[in-house]
Amino acid sequence: MIHIENITKAFSGKTILDGISGVFEQGKTNLIIGASGTGKSVLLKCIVGLIRPDSGTVRYNDRDFTHGDKDLKTEIRREIGMLFQGVALFDSLNVENNVKFPLDILTDTPEDEKLDRVNFCLKRVGLEGSNRKMPSELSGGMQKRVGIARAIVNDINYLFCDEPNSGLDPQTSVLIDDLIKEITEELGTTTIVVTHDMNSVIGIGDHILFLYKGHKLWEGSNKNIIDTEVQELRDFLFANKLMKDGATF
Amino acid sequence: MKRVGSYLLFISTLFSRMEAFNIYVKRTIDEAVKIGINSLTLVAIVSTFIGMVSTIQTAANMVSALIPKSVVSLVVRDMTILELAPTITSVVLAGKIGSNISGELGTMRISEQIDALEVMGINSASYLVVPKVIGAILMFPLLVIVAGFLSLYGGYLVGTLTNVVTGQEFVTGLRTEFQQYSVFMALVKSVVFAFLISTISAYQGYFTRGGALEVGQASTAAVTNSCIAVLIADYVVAQVLI
Repeated sequence: MIHIENITKAFSGKTILDGISGVFEQGKTNLIIGASGTGKSVLLKCIVGLIRPDSGTVRYNDRDFTHGDKDLKTEIRREIGMLFQGVALFDSLNVENNVKFPLDILTDTPEDEKLDRVNFCLKRVGLEGSNRKMPSELSGGMQKRVGIARAIVNDINYLFCDEPNSGLDPQTSVLIDDLIKEITEELGTTTIVVTHDMNSVIGIGDHILFLYKGHKLWEGSNKNIIDTEVQELRDFLFANKLMKDGATF
Repeated sequence: MKRVGSYLLFISTLFSRMEAFNIYVKRTIDEAVKIGINSLTLVAIVSTFIGMVSTIQTAANMVSALIPKSVVSLVVRDMTILELAPTITSVVLAGKIGSNISGELGTMRISEQIDALEVMGINSASYLVVPKVIGAILMFPLLVIVAGFLSLYGGYLVGTLTNVVTGQEFVTGLRTEFQQYSVFMALVKSVVFAFLISTISAYQGYFTRGGALEVGQASTAAVTNSCIAVLIADYVVAQVLI
């Protein structure tokens, strides 16, 4: 479980996040949604420690990540897997070595066990047999799946996904969403997904936090989001005319 | 001054929270090969031609019949060992290696690969930069030795082929009043230059923000700043060691 309390962040005097609080539960797919420029990715980076918030606290299972010492941060980070918006695969390594990378650096696992684990993760994301391919030889969807395999190769407790569907076609987006949800339930991770993809919101949003201009305006789930009366959220949800018409019907 | 402070802080982060020793060994070997072996051709071409040109021009200025011909190679030797081999080689390498290091790290930064390392709990600066610095420190002295040898050999070849100086005279000049300390100075310079070029270029690349345009700008800044640092350090080391 991850608690965030009063997270505030400003860049060059402009407030990007203004007192964001929330609880992200274990075993659930937690979504942070909002329009572009509302601070979703900044909030995610504050949570994983890539950006230090100006004020506020992030707690991982009651461990104070924001104010903890370097050893604590390293300990927590080694329980984290993250899928980046641009996937961030290492160009010089093939698929197998990309997925194996966290095991090589962070563990003393014997090589054959590492390979077993890599093959298991690649199979889990539907990419068995792609070990020798280079990232540049993969499609966008395949790269995302390699990114997910790398994120879960270690025994992680927390999974973060920054815009996992960006640049993907609708069908591949659904596959990636389903994969994230299945992995969350299988591994019991606390998963946070930053997205503005409406299919993801409806499909996998166990818990949803809506950001608007750096503020948290709404919190709920995919079961009650359509019925929201928050105008900004309605504008976001029904920006697409088809959605609007569908909702009217 | 702010940038100098930021650079020094960056240097200090390289040696904190380091990963296990064996992780650095393979990466350091890879970087040493990339820096050393892959630069060999360029260094060979540059140093040979510099030696040839130095010999021709020095000989052209030795017009007095009172000056023995062997003085030509003596002058070329001292120029090569004290200045041309370490400094010119390093300036050339600043262009090749500096832009390479900066471009690589800058691209890793904008494509979130460095963030990925940080999220895994790895000290990305240390993991990525230390092997490059050690690789450069190991390979620069060897490249400078090769450059010095080829420069003198180029001078010998052109001197004898154009009859400016005989082979015997050239070798006599090389041996006359040879100071081993000059070689020591050249090697000290090469180590200092290696450290400066690799760390300055890494600093420029590591803190790149933006996109492809900024990666290019960082590479340009890496080469420019490295060259300036090499020239300043050249003066400082000479002043301290002579």
